[in-house]
Parts: sequence; structure tokens; C-alpha cells
Amino acid sequence: MRAWVFGDDIDTDAIAPGRYMKSGIEEIAKHCLESVSPSFGFSVQKGDCVVAGRNFGAGSSREQAPEALKHLGVAVLIAESFAGIFYRNAINLGLPAVACRHAKRIRQDDDLEINLEDGKVHNRTTGETLDCEPIPAFLMTIVRDGGLLPHLEKTLARAPQR
Amino acid sequence: MSQTLSQKLVARAAGRASVTPGEIVTCKVDLAMVHDSSGPRRLKPRLERLGAKVWDPSRVVVITDHYLPAYDDESRKIIQIARDWVKEAGIGAFYDAQGICHVVLPERGHLAPGMFVVGGDSLSPTGGAFAAYMFGVGATEMLGVMVTGEIWLKVPHTIAMDFDSRLRPGVSAKDIMLFLIGRFGMDGGQYQAVEYRGPAIRALSMQERMTLCNMTAELGGQTGLIASDEVTLGYLGKGEIWDSDPDALLLAHHKFDAGDLAPQVAAPHSPANTRAVSEFDKKVDLAYIGACTGAKLEDLRMAASVLKGRKSKVKLLVAPASLRDQQAAEKEGTLGVLLDAGAELLANSCGMCAGYGEHLLADHTVAISTTARNFKGRMGSPSAQVYLASPYTVAASAVAGRIADPRELLA
Repeated sequence: MRAWVFGDDIDTDAIAPGRYMKSGIEEIAKHCLESVSPSFGFSVQKGDCVVAGRNFGAGSSREQAPEALKHLGVAVLIAESFAGIFYRNAINLGLPAVACRHAKRIRQDDDLEINLEDGKVHNRTTGETLDCEPIPAFLMTIVRDGGLLPHLEKTLARAPQR
Repeated sequence: MSQTLSQKLVARAAGRASVTPGEIVTCKVDLAMVHDSSGPRRLKPRLERLGAKVWDPSRVVVITDHYLPAYDDESRKIIQIARDWVKEAGIGAFYDAQGICHVVLPERGHLAPGMFVVGGDSLSPTGGAFAAYMFGVGATEMLGVMVTGEIWLKVPHTIAMDFDSRLRPGVSAKDIMLFLIGRFGMDGGQYQAVEYRGPAIRALSMQERMTLCNMTAELGGQTGLIASDEVTLGYLGKGEIWDSDPDALLLAHHKFDAGDLAPQVAAPHSPANTRAVSEFDKKVDLAYIGACTGAKLEDLRMAASVLKGRKSKVKLLVAPASLRDQQAAEKEGTLGVLLDAGAELLANSCGMCAGYGEHLLADHTVAISTTARNFKGRMGSPSAQVYLASPYTVAASAVAGRIADPRELLA
């Protein structure tokens, strides 16, 4: 998958700008990251991956930030670290977020292969394999179900008396 | 086993005698707060999809503050969904156009020491000023809380920020936070619990303590906490003492002398881009006193102490954080001082801080603001430049027409 590389402290106002927050996700997604990378919103392809530095998703709790990335087809997020609320939001929307202290070794347009189970990222462009932190098992269950909403649908169906 | 305040609060909510940092626990939620943007408009369709109801409507508080004043069809619709949903879901506590959620929640007596609270907004750590474990979550996570009444948590470590002596006149809680964020960065809190302690913190009023905990979001902590004491119980009229054990293990213990702190200013486009006010030589076009961070009654008083008998040289906008605070400011004369200085009064809502509404910064505007975030484009045009400072410093800068040290005007 193709890597789109961003720097440190990318905030949720950059990912989902406030002035479009009253709109639906289609409109928000058009403006996703436009203040940092004007072409991202209309160039990113389904299955691409976003790679960032420290504290990706800082700021607001708006889940339209990871939702916009997912809507654009981004398949995985890799960052040196994620802002706490953003990380939980991404997982809850079924968008895998992998913390990787070697994230800055990845360059724009590198071709990556990611194994979510063991947290290994293979860079086909450079040939190197990066050891990242696998997503904890109980959160992988939510990711595999497609997010917390479908996960709750499944678990509530099993316990209808609730 | 000795425990920090955060461990004790999490242990109580998890139904355990003690918890260890790093372990995953499930906590029972005492209270869930949502606003119009992250709340009903996103919860309602998802609850319907699940065919589920709110686990306990008496533990939910809904507050409208983001899309007020509603100015177009979309914002009117978002507010209307909130008004309709609270009736439909049987939510008892609904505050409509009463002010910003983080200020209204404690003002109306919903917080008490010992509680475990989630908020559908990133600045939710504000509630930690009351020795309640409060943190922000997104809308889908909140859906999980609404359905189950529970949430998972990785038990945080505690980072102690210890301030000795006293803040000097003209220096405030906002300056402490800008200093800390500048020093440790926007991820300095490592999504752990940040506990503010020491004589300088004990000397702060409740609203100043709220400013500290509020900006823990920009410091990157999951929550910001202050042990309850006579100030907390005096404000609430009741409550218990919750504090860390003196020998509890900390991830880090940073010690500062509050008396050494000068007013701080964060330059565009990050709250971590902070230096002392004396290092700035910058003309401003607009001064904004607003938000849960910077327009509570105490904040308005700070601004008024600088503006008394003076005029603002630039456009000065004031959006008091709550209706009650505005009414109190009016009664005691604080609001009059601000208006006499040339302030234009805006609604008791998130306003320009969130950048969701009608009032936005125009292209190339240089603004100084009491808010928490100066990310590029947040408050309007991406070419606008926002400097963050305390209410004292924003008021002094309005008078001077450039970034100015309030201590010279207070002397």
C-alpha cells in the first residue's frame, strides 16, 4: 500500500476542519488535511496508508477526523505516536492505528505491507522490515468487527436481555 | 498499597480495591456529558440502528454550546435534534443555550470528588479540578457508554506538576499551562493522568483550577486532576477529600516555583510554541476573550482589572463562558468595565474558539485570544495568526494594540 507521509502534531482541525463539521462526511473528507497537503483529499486512493510523526490527531475529540480518513479509503494509520482520543476513535471506527517508533524511516510513496497481527511493517520500496506495536488483542476484535458499532450489534444480539 | 489520586478514582469506578498503571480495566460511568455537535446528532441514529436505549438517562447531561447561536439551516437542525432527543430519551438534565458544557456542568452541581465521568469533548479534563476522573471521548465511544454504562481504560500513570510558592500578580493558571505545554510539548502528558499540586495550586480558586485541568488536553494528558480540599468543598457546599497517598509511585514529578513565572504567550500555530510575553513585539488586530478556557467569571474579572478606565485600541470580542457567569459579571460591574473599554458582547457559546459558527477570523487577521488552541485555520482563515495568552495579557494587548505585558498596567 502507498504511504502518505505527514509530520508531528497533525491536529484534528487539519484532518476535519471545523467549518465543515456541520456537513456530512463526504464534504468533510474533501477538505481532509488540505491545510497540510492540498492534494491529499482528491489524490489518496483506496487502500493507501497514512504515516505520521508524533502525536497524530492532537486536539479535538471529533471522530469525523478518523472517519474522514476512512471515508477516503485509507486502510491503516501508522504514526510514531497517536493522540489518545484520536487513537480510540480510529479503533472504534474500525480503522487500524499502529504505533511505530520507526515511522519516520518511511518516505512518501513508499510501498508498504502491514501485518496487523504481529505489528510488522515491511517496506517493499527499501526492503526493510520495521517492528511496530501490535494493536492489543481486545481492540483487534473491535477492528475486525468493523468498529464498535458493528461490534456492539454482535454482542447485543448475543445478550438481548440487556 | 499506596495509590495516586487517579488510581483511587479508577479503582473505585472499576469496583476494585486498587489498580496498577498499565492494566486494562472496565469502569462504571457515574455521569456522561455530551454537547450538540458530538452528542444527539451522532448518538440518535446509532442508538436506533442498535435498537438500544440509554442505560440510565439520569446519568446523562446534554448541553448545547457548539452550534449556538444557530445561523443557518444546518446549525438549526443540529440544535433541534438535541432538543428533540433529550425528550425522546428521557434525559433529565438538559441545558440549552446556558453556556459552554465544561463550565455549565460543575456550575449546576453535576460534579463531585470521587466521580468517574466521560465527556463527549476533548476539553473534558476540566472536570478533574473537582477531583473527579473526567476525560474526553469521541461519539462512537460515547455510544458504547450510552448503551452499556461502561468504558475500558488503561490505568494511567501519574505525572505530578508541583508548584511551590505563589503566582505573582498578573500571572494566572493559563500562564502555568502555556508554560508547561511549551516545556513538555503537546504530547508531554503521554495520555496519562497529570496531577497539579503544591502551595501555588492550593491557592487557586476553583475556576482557575478548571483552567489548569482544561488545558491538560493540549498537554496531551488523558485527564488533569487536583485533589479536593477546602476550596473544592467550599465551592460545592459538600463532598469528600480525595488525594494521592504521599508515597504513591509517580511516572514523573516536576517541581517549579510559581513565583518565577512570567506571563506566557503561545505563537501560531501551536500551544507548545510558547515564550515569555517580553519576547514578543507584535501588532494585533483583534482580541478575543472567550471559551471554557478563558471566559469564566474569574477570567472576565482578570480582563476587567486591566481594562478598568481604559479603552481597547483594537476590536475586542467577549463571549462569557456561561450565562450565569455573565449575569454575575453584570451584577458586580465586571461586564460594565469590559463594555466601557469597547468590548462587543457575543453569545455564551464555544463561538470562535471552535470555529463552527458564524464568527470566524478573516484572512491575515492577527488575533490574541484567551482560548486553548491556535491550530492553523481553527478559528477561521488558515492565513489568520492566533496568539494564545491569559485574560490579563489579552486585555493588556487590546489596550496597547500589540502584545503587551499586563503587569505594567496593573502596577
